[in-house]
Amino acid sequence: MKQIDLIQHNPWDELRTHTSARIALGRVGCSLPTREVLKFGLAHAQARDAVHRPLDFSELKHQLHAAGFRTLKVRSNAEDRQTYLLRPDHGRHLHGDCQVQLQHELPAPEIAIVLADGLSAVAVQRHALPLLQALRERFDTDWANTPVVLAEQGRVAIGDGIGEALRARLVIVMIGERPGLTSPDSLGLYLTYAPRVGCLDSARNCISNVRPEGLPYELAAHKLDYLARQALRLQLSGVKLKDDSSMQAVAVQAD
Amino acid sequence: MPYQTTIGSLVYHFADLKTLLAKASPARSGDYLAGLAAATYEERMAAKLALAEVPLKRFLDEALIPYEDDEVTRLIIDRHDAAAFAPISHLTVGDLRDWLLLEKTDSARLAAVAAGLTPEMVAAVSKLMRNQDLILVARKCQVITRFRNTLGLPGHLAVRLQPNHPTDDVRGIAASMLDGLLYGSGDATVGINPASDSLPTLMRLWQMMDEVRQHFEIPMQSCVLTHVTTQIQAIEAGAPIDLVFQSIAGTEATNAGFGVSLAILREAHEAALSLGRGTLGDNVMYFETGQGSALSAGGHHGVDQQTCEVRAYAVAREFRPLLVNTVVGFIGPEYLYDGKQIIRAGLEDHFCAKLLGLPMGCDVCYTNHAEADQDDMDSLLTLLGAAGINFIMGIPGADDIMLNYQSTSFHDALYLRNVLGLKRAPEFDAWLARMAITEPSGRLREIGSGHHLLKQLPQISGAA
Repeated sequence: MKQIDLIQHNPWDELRTHTSARIALGRVGCSLPTREVLKFGLAHAQARDAVHRPLDFSELKHQLHAAGFRTLKVRSNAEDRQTYLLRPDHGRHLHGDCQVQLQHELPAPEIAIVLADGLSAVAVQRHALPLLQALRERFDTDWANTPVVLAEQGRVAIGDGIGEALRARLVIVMIGERPGLTSPDSLGLYLTYAPRVGCLDSARNCISNVRPEGLPYELAAHKLDYLARQALRLQLSGVKLKDDSSMQAVAVQAD
Repeated sequence: MPYQTTIGSLVYHFADLKTLLAKASPARSGDYLAGLAAATYEERMAAKLALAEVPLKRFLDEALIPYEDDEVTRLIIDRHDAAAFAPISHLTVGDLRDWLLLEKTDSARLAAVAAGLTPEMVAAVSKLMRNQDLILVARKCQVITRFRNTLGLPGHLAVRLQPNHPTDDVRGIAASMLDGLLYGSGDATVGINPASDSLPTLMRLWQMMDEVRQHFEIPMQSCVLTHVTTQIQAIEAGAPIDLVFQSIAGTEATNAGFGVSLAILREAHEAALSLGRGTLGDNVMYFETGQGSALSAGGHHGVDQQTCEVRAYAVAREFRPLLVNTVVGFIGPEYLYDGKQIIRAGLEDHFCAKLLGLPMGCDVCYTNHAEADQDDMDSLLTLLGAAGINFIMGIPGADDIMLNYQSTSFHDALYLRNVLGLKRAPEFDAWLARMAITEPSGRLREIGSGHHLLKQLPQISGAA
């Protein structure tokens, strides 16, 4: 079949090796070619689905158990996705029933892990377990008793209420980030030392864009291990805790 | 002072001016989140009816945020020009809408009253205006600024080329910059949002853009959108900085959350001016704003998000900026929920800024958790084009791979030029023609693989 080509192509495709930006798309008149309109539409559809698709908590729990992690399940005050999107304050608060439930659990031996759906369930579904496994290989703690708390309709600050209820010294929140077109599945990591309700964002450390095409698991686990050790040693987190792991990280990346 | 309206047998009371403004504001999620929005449709209309009766003079007597508590309020009151205000001082808010729409209220008259208008008066009248009113009046306002080219001329539209890269890879940024230039974008500025805040990384970005500009003799200005204090440091370290950027807001507390104050902005403005790099003019500042930032930072003082936004324009106008940009849909659905709210906010911001005398542009944009899509952006883009927007963003394929949101593309700018007959900044336009990127008509030419820019730019930036 004869291929019809109505597109004015751009002879700088090879520059795409330097960036994932949508360059050299070509044009029809002054407009995007059909192919590019559809590619963009598909990426947007995937990002939208990432925001609205619920996290399959039972599947995740099953996988975590199989890998030897201890899990708990909680929810925020946001009863559904619509409320979650409109009321960030609801997503930050641990539901009262869940707070009571956590207070009756065994306290966290040292750290508590929170896996929250955030704005991308697919990020948590894909990356949380491999990242946890990479962290377990590095970070020495009583993993058998460390609670991995699955938080539904959660924002970052829900970790404060969870960490406080479980009397954890440090809480690590792994949460689906706001999805981009080229990255619908970025996982964000937040560390808070001495978590309690009302902690300021300036008291947290963040590692962003965890996914194989962004910050790979091994490198993310390396940074997380470094920050967690430093936070416990210095008894603080946030702006006063600098991520100096990058020099070592270069070596890890080269491995 | 309390305000009231009677509708049927029901009397609506509004405790003070800021409550009245908040209740009169068109519905948006951020005001609901703050607990400031009208509870019913009728209450919103009652507030608009009461607001229409408020004399403009009242705004000079009743500060929304006390003078003693907030340096932005002090700036607004201290800079108010009574002589410029005189011709409209007898009007109410409702009268002001009528006056703005009169045919005899032309560009010159609008420019003459700008210094007599406070942000609160402008926010108030915008709440009584429909989208078409916001477009019609904004179109009459002309705000022309200059650095190495001329921006804001009637019938012109400029583009900020935004070549971001998630790891600030100079070759990746240069590739997007090249793409934009070959699509005829970049006259407003080439402005990079860096991922890093490390000075050596940022220095490379300034240097690369400056080398490209000088090598090809491009009448443009560059900018790296990092914190203003970092830019002051970079100026001291000898960085080739054209425009100094900062995000600003309409209250002292919110600005403090951004790590700035009027004093810091003054220092930055003076540092930028001291370099004397502009060839046609000395508008050296680039500001970004956006509804919702005050609530997000816990600095709104019970003032609705649109009024807070307009107060930020008082901060901007103190420093005679080259560009002001409302990043309208970036903040997310908890502030602007859907396409309708984003479109309304974009038109409000553009109108209010232009009326106050600012060179307003708009990042026509949305995030993936907002109820909006590219069709909504097409609508807002077209409406802002009709309203005479000074500039928009140009991002490869409208997809910002660093900030994870969607804006407008180089193609979108071509569309708007085509539909509305809008030209580029004249000096930049002439350069594009010289470089054989465009025909004399301004239309894009076919770029062959041997094109000068295509062969040389990647080498200058180390991308070859």
